[in-house]
Formats: sequence, C-alpha cells, structure tokens
Amino acid sequence: MDNWTFGITMMVCGMGGTILTLWIMSLVMSLLGKLFPYKKEAE
Amino acid sequence: MEEAILNGLQGLISGFLHLEWRSLVMFLIGGTLLWLGIKKDCEPLLLVPIGFGCILVNIPLGNLMGEEGFLRTIYDMGISNELFPLLIFIGIGAMTDFGPVLSNPSTFLLGAAGQFGIFITLALALSLGFPQMEAVCIGIIGACDGPTAIYVTSQYAPQLLGAVSVAAYSYMSLVPVIQPPIMRLMTSEKERTTVMPAMTRKVSKTTKLLFPLVITVLGGLIAPMGLPLLGTIMLGNLMKESGVVARLTKASENEIANVVTLFLGISIGATMAGGAFLRPQTLIILALGFLAICLDTVCGVLFGKVLYALSHGKVNPLIGAAGISAFPMAARVAQREGQKYNKKSYLLMHAMGANAGGQVGSVIAAAVMLSVLSGMGII
Repeated sequence: MDNWTFGITMMVCGMGGTILTLWIMSLVMSLLGKLFPYKKEAE
Repeated sequence: MEEAILNGLQGLISGFLHLEWRSLVMFLIGGTLLWLGIKKDCEPLLLVPIGFGCILVNIPLGNLMGEEGFLRTIYDMGISNELFPLLIFIGIGAMTDFGPVLSNPSTFLLGAAGQFGIFITLALALSLGFPQMEAVCIGIIGACDGPTAIYVTSQYAPQLLGAVSVAAYSYMSLVPVIQPPIMRLMTSEKERTTVMPAMTRKVSKTTKLLFPLVITVLGGLIAPMGLPLLGTIMLGNLMKESGVVARLTKASENEIANVVTLFLGISIGATMAGGAFLRPQTLIILALGFLAICLDTVCGVLFGKVLYALSHGKVNPLIGAAGISAFPMAARVAQREGQKYNKKSYLLMHAMGANAGGQVGSVIAAAVMLSVLSGMGII
C-alpha cells in the first residue's frame, strides 16, 4: 500500500474511529448514570 | 612473566581502548536525563533508570544487552513481550478516578480531540519518508502516554523504542511548560475567564462498578487489537471501585507499579546504544514528538472552543487542553491557567473529567489504530 493511501486511511479510520468510539462510550456512560442514579441511602 | 603482567594490565585498559565518540555522547545524553530527573524533577521515576540504563549500555565490552546480559534478560522479560506496560496500566487504572468524567460524560469527547496529534504526526512522519510502521510509532508519542507508546513501539518498531520512549516521557513531564503558551494563543480573554458551574451530580457505586466492565467489552468489540491496554487499565479501576480487593489495588498502584517502573526504565535506557540512537532520525523523532503534543493541545482547545460555542459560553475552552493522557498534570495546568485569568474560576474537576477522558482516549486511539492496521492486513 502506498504512503498516501495509508496516511489517509489512518487519518479517516483512526481519527474517526477514536471519536466514534469515545462518543459511543460517553453515551453509554450517560445511560449508566440514568439507569443507576445516585441515591444517598443506597450509597 | 612480564608478558602475563602486561596482558593483565591491558585487560584493565581495554574498556578505554574501545571507547568511541558515540559512547561519550551517549554518556552525556544519559547524564542529561539523570539531571532532568534529579535536579529538575521531570518524571524522575522513569528518567533516572532510563538515564542510568543509557550509560550502562554504552560502556564498551560490558555487553549488558548481549545474549546473557542482565539488561537483555530484563528486556526480554517484559518489554519484548509487552508485559511491563500492561502491568503499569493496571496500576494506572487503580489510581484513576473516573468519577468526574462519569458525572459529565460529554467531557469524555475532549479526550478524543486530545488524540488528533497522533494522526496528524503520523501523516507528517510518512511525508518525511519514515516507513509506515515507524510513522505509526512516532505518531503514538502524541498519545502523551508512555506505556501506550512503549506497547506499540516495542511490537512494531523496536529499533525506535529508545527515541520514542524518551520523547514520550520527557514531553509528558514538560506538559506544564508546553501547554500554557498554546492555551493562551488559542483562546480569547473572555473565553479564558469563563466560570464553569460546580459539578454537583454524584455518581452511584453501581455506575462506577459497571463502567470498567462495559467499557472493556465495548472497547474490546470495537478495537480488539487494543484489548490488552484497555482491559488492564479497566481491571485496575474495577479493583479500586469494588473496594473488596484493597490489597491487590494497593499492590498494583504501589509495589507492582514501582518494580515494573524500575525494570521498564532501565530496559528502555538499554535500547539507547550509541550506534542505534545517534542518527539524524532520532532528532526528527524528538521534533515530531514535540509537535504531536503541541497539536494535541491545539486540537483539544479547539474542541473546547466548539463546546464553548455550543453551550453558549458555559464551557471554558481551557479544559480542552486537559484531554490528553498526562494525568493529572494536564488537569492541573488547565486549573492554574483558568485561575490566572479569573480567581473565581475553578476548572479542576471539569478538567479532571477531560483528563480521565484523555487517559482512556489515548488507549482507545492506540487500540483503534492497531485494529485499523489489522483490518488493512498490515499487522
């Protein structure tokens, strides 16, 4: 694979993949927060 | 008799006779690393063993990295098989509190912006003629995360391990020097003085317990090549949050982390043999590594500015600079800079959220990169 294709693929898939993964994870974290809210007594 | 004495004496000076200019330069470099660690307090836990390892390996005829050498034994024990960085990660997980990021999950995205430097630097390294896998390992300096850089480099470009590790750890310790001018340059006075409301949302224990499990499974499914990195950091965090294995948690963050740090440092220093290290390429790697961390800061602050605009001025863009892996140093830098311009501004907890996001972000970026490479059939 030539360097140009490699570089562009890494930029698009790598950068895009990182943002997408962290975005999904932040959604999951929000969901966890909603499903299991903080309750003083329980803690 | 005389001949035997002369031969014996010659044995005592053979080290001096084999001394090359490269060894002398490497002594200076090792000495500089020791000076940075001891006198300037820059990452001393790593720079001291790295500096000493660098001096050791460059003493002629010692053959410490030879087949039977003790530095080779340590190197094979935990660097070539990637064990040491993973053990360090268990300790990092055990030390990290993900509470701030769990109470404000949007700050997790700042941890993504803080990784852009990796990919831009990778492209730059390619354009400078580095082979593809070497470019990947140079880019990973931008993760601002020593263990991740070592994990990737020891696997795919071990010949660059010394330069990449020294760059990663040195620049990490220089975050308080590198970041502030960029943060000032990228933000207006109005943005810098933004006061963010105190974080009042508390996180339940169940959420804190489920977080490492969910992130491990999810991250592992998306980027399986990076599962060792993600799995170990989350194992450490699960142990900490569970509260039932205090002995293991303490051992991970103290004894294990300390012993491994010593072995890791000295074996990285051992890769800095003059012949391999003293090349123009090393200087380019150090320059690219510096650029990577600057770019991380630029992209993080830019993303902070986007959040500032989207939130109608409620998010201080300075916390964007904390979206890197240098934990908790980058968060403290954001807090200090915020306070400099507005005494009523307390950014620490928000910046800690971004910083914890950066911690996971750097691991995810490396994991995604490895999985993309695997998908492309390169590794």
